[in-house]
Amino acid sequence: MRRARGRFTPYLMILPGGLWLAAFFVVPMALMVSLSLQTGNLVDGFRQTFHWQNYTYALDTYRDAFLRSLWYGLLATAACAALSYPAAYWIAFRAGRHKSTYLVLLLLPYFVSYVLRTVSWKLVLTDNGPLLGPLRDHGILPQDFHVLDTGFAVVSGLTYNFLPFMVLPIYVALERIDPRLVEAAHDLYASRAQAFARVVLPLSLPGVLAGVIMTFAPASADYVNAEVLGGPRDTMVGNVIQAEYFDNGAYPVASALSFALMAVLLLGVFAYARALGARGARSVLDVAAGR
Amino acid sequence: MSDIRPELVRGLTRPRAAAPPARTGVSRRRALQLMGTGLVLAGCGVDGQGGKAAVGRSDVREYWSGRSGNGRLRWANWPGYMQDDHETIKAFEKATGIGVTYREVIQETGPWFGKIQAPLAAGQSIGFDLMVMTNGIQLEKCRQLGYLAPLDRSRLRNFAANAGPTYRNPSYDPGNAFTVPYQSGITGIAYNTRYVKDEITSIAQLFDPKYKGRVGMLGDSQELGSFGMFLLGVDPERSTPADWERAAAKLREQRDRGIVRKYYTQDYVDAVSKGDVWLTMAWSGDVYSLTSPDVRFVVPEEGGTLWTDNLCIPRTAENPVDALTLIDWLYVPANNAPLTEFVNYITPVPAVREIVAADAAKATGAERRELTRLSTSPLVFPSQADLARLRHYRRLTQAEETRYQRIFEPIAKGS
Repeated sequence: MRRARGRFTPYLMILPGGLWLAAFFVVPMALMVSLSLQTGNLVDGFRQTFHWQNYTYALDTYRDAFLRSLWYGLLATAACAALSYPAAYWIAFRAGRHKSTYLVLLLLPYFVSYVLRTVSWKLVLTDNGPLLGPLRDHGILPQDFHVLDTGFAVVSGLTYNFLPFMVLPIYVALERIDPRLVEAAHDLYASRAQAFARVVLPLSLPGVLAGVIMTFAPASADYVNAEVLGGPRDTMVGNVIQAEYFDNGAYPVASALSFALMAVLLLGVFAYARALGARGARSVLDVAAGR
Repeated sequence: MSDIRPELVRGLTRPRAAAPPARTGVSRRRALQLMGTGLVLAGCGVDGQGGKAAVGRSDVREYWSGRSGNGRLRWANWPGYMQDDHETIKAFEKATGIGVTYREVIQETGPWFGKIQAPLAAGQSIGFDLMVMTNGIQLEKCRQLGYLAPLDRSRLRNFAANAGPTYRNPSYDPGNAFTVPYQSGITGIAYNTRYVKDEITSIAQLFDPKYKGRVGMLGDSQELGSFGMFLLGVDPERSTPADWERAAAKLREQRDRGIVRKYYTQDYVDAVSKGDVWLTMAWSGDVYSLTSPDVRFVVPEEGGTLWTDNLCIPRTAENPVDALTLIDWLYVPANNAPLTEFVNYITPVPAVREIVAADAAKATGAERRELTRLSTSPLVFPSQADLARLRHYRRLTQAEETRYQRIFEPIAKGS
């Protein structure tokens, strides 16, 4: 009796989560795959025709937006990592007993609505606004210089908005490094640079890698930043999906694009995890889960 | 400002859960089986609901029989389409005792349709009893899909008495079966005279490399496509798919040469007043009511687009009788005049002009100047000659619409 119960316990424990996943992840995903192969329109209805051309049409027509999304996602992820590491390092090792204060300060802006934060950039960066206006009037910037409606603005916005996804895992990884390891390195005549490169950096790498995954996927699929801060050639695939689905009712094309994006992101993450090796991947997941 | 749906974005501000461990507990075959089940489940597709644009007397009677006013009304409208102090709504509430909840939730017709389509298809309330939609692709879909209540003309006596001839029986809604005009407007060019020293008179100037990075275009594919066709001297209403291709090539070239700064929705007003763009496609009333004296509006010599925003009642409205009461009330010239004096678009009630002129005669100083300017403005009360220069969006069949969207949509989407 006891043994039987023990055997079923794990299954009972995953039942709520499993049902939830089945209802809200597996079923919608299957619907999306099915929809991406249908033909039709809102007025006449959609029929399953296994129309693979939806994929070729969508990827051919919107190839620029698709590739741009991955590229902007990559740039934003790199910028996030470059900005986050020093900040997380400083908080973890130098902030002493004020650690949590600085961490809260870093995360404070993210308590404001995401959309509002992005729109407020628009007010700051407008051509004749408080930042660019004076700089141009004093001849520091050329007359036709602008930031708003450029790819630079979009990548900067993405970097800003997804920073916490990078800072937190790196901080967690750094914070749990035993300081005695660094001391031991110094005792063995390692310079500060050597101690960092041979002890701290390798131990914190899982945090960086977790941050990369958690930043890259949502940043590539984002559409708010391109909408608010981007110009005519900065549209990302998220904007296309939104317009095709909501404005045009072209459900198959929107689904095909969504599924293609998901496939590329998943493949990317798998390849990435493979490259790290099984152990690397496991410690990435440990850090991501906050262990 | 822009058409961002908060419900789509909200999730992004929350931290994501980590990806599950990459343990392959499910074999490939099993996964394919599962997927197959999903496909079978989903394979039935979505049934069409089209072909509901034709209504007879019995449909109208059936819809309205047994319905009476509930003393309240929820109205969805575009920004800038009502006095800031809601004077017209207050007057309506006082006259009829119907309480109005007024929300400026419509920014662009496409996204608005996206928002209301799912509940309307499911026969659920959209939270509004009255909405304002531009003639065009999405309104046509609403008609075809039976999303709109057929209007009871016997309760629209003021409309019958006072609507201008061009506003009755429009081509996009024969017999005003589902819609009655709220206001009309012109799509033309606005430019900021602080930065543009030449006089702007034509659409060709929107394509001038001199204004590289300083030109704004409207992202809506009907607006954008129409301007591309005007440039080629083609009347959008009589255009062919070959014309669309040629127009799209021009628009694409304009974009790729860096002339276009951004494709806008409502936010062009802010951009052209601040000088982020110097000249831009624009809607007449928006520019007329701008306080900035630097921004001017012109109807280009190649032509401009005349569109109409229409009052219509979603079929699932909870207070359709009250909505119909408001529609008819707006067609009393004395009720309509204060609205036109504020929104500066083209009113479908021609008698308003005399009232505005009379108000001007009574007023003094700045207000008098303002009202006189309004009553004589060709943008608000266009002459027949002005109207003759204007064109309409092309009406598209379902097959044409798919083709049209595939040609023009990618331009504003950077692909």
